[in-house]
Amino acid sequence: MKTYLIEITLNGEKRKVEVTTRETLLDVLRNKLDATEVKNGCGKGDCGSCAVILDGKAVNSCLTLALQANGKEVVTLKGIGNEEKPHPLQKSFVEHGAIQCGFCTAGMVVSAKALLDQNPRPSRDEIREAISGNLCRCTGYKKIVDAIQDAALEGKS
Amino acid sequence: MDEMEHLNPKDLEEVFRAIKETKGQAKFIAGCTNVIPNMRAGVISPELLIDLSGLEDLAHIREENGSIAIGALTTISEVAASGLIRNQSPILSSAAGSLGNPLTRNRATIGGNLADASPAADMAPPLLAMEASVHTERTGGRGRKISLDKFFIGPHQTVLEDDEIITQITFSKPKDPANGSYIKLGLRDSMAISVASVAVMLEMEGKVCRKGRVALGSVAPTPIRAYHTEQRLEQGEIDGNTVEECSAIVQKEIFPISDIRATDKYRNSITSVLLKRAILQVLDGGER
Repeated sequence: MKTYLIEITLNGEKRKVEVTTRETLLDVLRNKLDATEVKNGCGKGDCGSCAVILDGKAVNSCLTLALQANGKEVVTLKGIGNEEKPHPLQKSFVEHGAIQCGFCTAGMVVSAKALLDQNPRPSRDEIREAISGNLCRCTGYKKIVDAIQDAALEGKS
Repeated sequence: MDEMEHLNPKDLEEVFRAIKETKGQAKFIAGCTNVIPNMRAGVISPELLIDLSGLEDLAHIREENGSIAIGALTTISEVAASGLIRNQSPILSSAAGSLGNPLTRNRATIGGNLADASPAADMAPPLLAMEASVHTERTGGRGRKISLDKFFIGPHQTVLEDDEIITQITFSKPKDPANGSYIKLGLRDSMAISVASVAVMLEMEGKVCRKGRVALGSVAPTPIRAYHTEQRLEQGEIDGNTVEECSAIVQKEIFPISDIRATDKYRNSITSVLLKRAILQVLDGGER
């Protein structure tokens, strides 16, 4: 099997990993780099649960070949914040009850973080647009938008 | 299956070397937003991939001798965010903002959208209405400039040869960029593949239409221009009668199919409605 050695900066840490041509960034993050906070939903770009920030842009890791992330910087939910040091967005999601089953949450927070990095004071419409590639099947969108708006208003993004 | 190889050229010279090495058998990839789902579904199973996403020289949006040039590797997000595109082609800007969703737009490229040649390719109707051209390169310096209305030949089929890649897309700066309208009808706002889409560009002198361009998506085997409708638009003053006649003519120019999104009958009816709306929107001040 033909493999390639690539290097990804994952949440600030340089990681070397052997990948095949067929593997997506999602496959490699979950199966080889223990980044299981990145969720595998539809696998074809419809649901956004695998969203990561790749060189500053939110993308579906299921629609990115692992080889295409070679030399690039990947930020996942855990790179945004963790249990010990949660990001204001993550705190805001908890405070607003913007998490129901939780499966979409990682992707939602990633899309929200990419938005606030570009646009620290988004309108409600801009927030809705930014998370329009992330499906929440519990349909908890209102609380998610509230949570993002609140985190933005606090200016702690 | 996993013997698939990946070549990652950094410039055109390396691309052509890779094409030679792979004897034209390789699949070109860029944003991969269609390629990966197609590989997963088994629709394609390439053994060789030539990844064009490293060709940074082909990711540009600029003005060149009175034309707008968009590099093939420009992402749809970059097209949607470009002030130059918003000023010079609001319909293209609007179409870019409606493609897929933000996560997809950050990966998908304008060259890929055209090369994939879906009948529903969102970039095609506005670019057809702008009379855009596709610029290509081939081995041996045999690059060419192809008018977009001669580019698509069937569903997911183009005139591109196996050793040919798109380098950029150009269109002349329109006299009045705002005199256009783009309407995409999907089953929802985000992540929608169009049921039908319409792009209209008009050059007006008072009420007289000097030049009318009408392009349609998802209502024929390829994105198409509606030439007969355009001729009717260019017959003089545009009034309610013109709009009604155009909406009847356009139905004779399309060949929609029934699929999971809509029936052929619905697509026939809705194309007339969307065209009427688009023309009226231009007369009312156009895309803003």
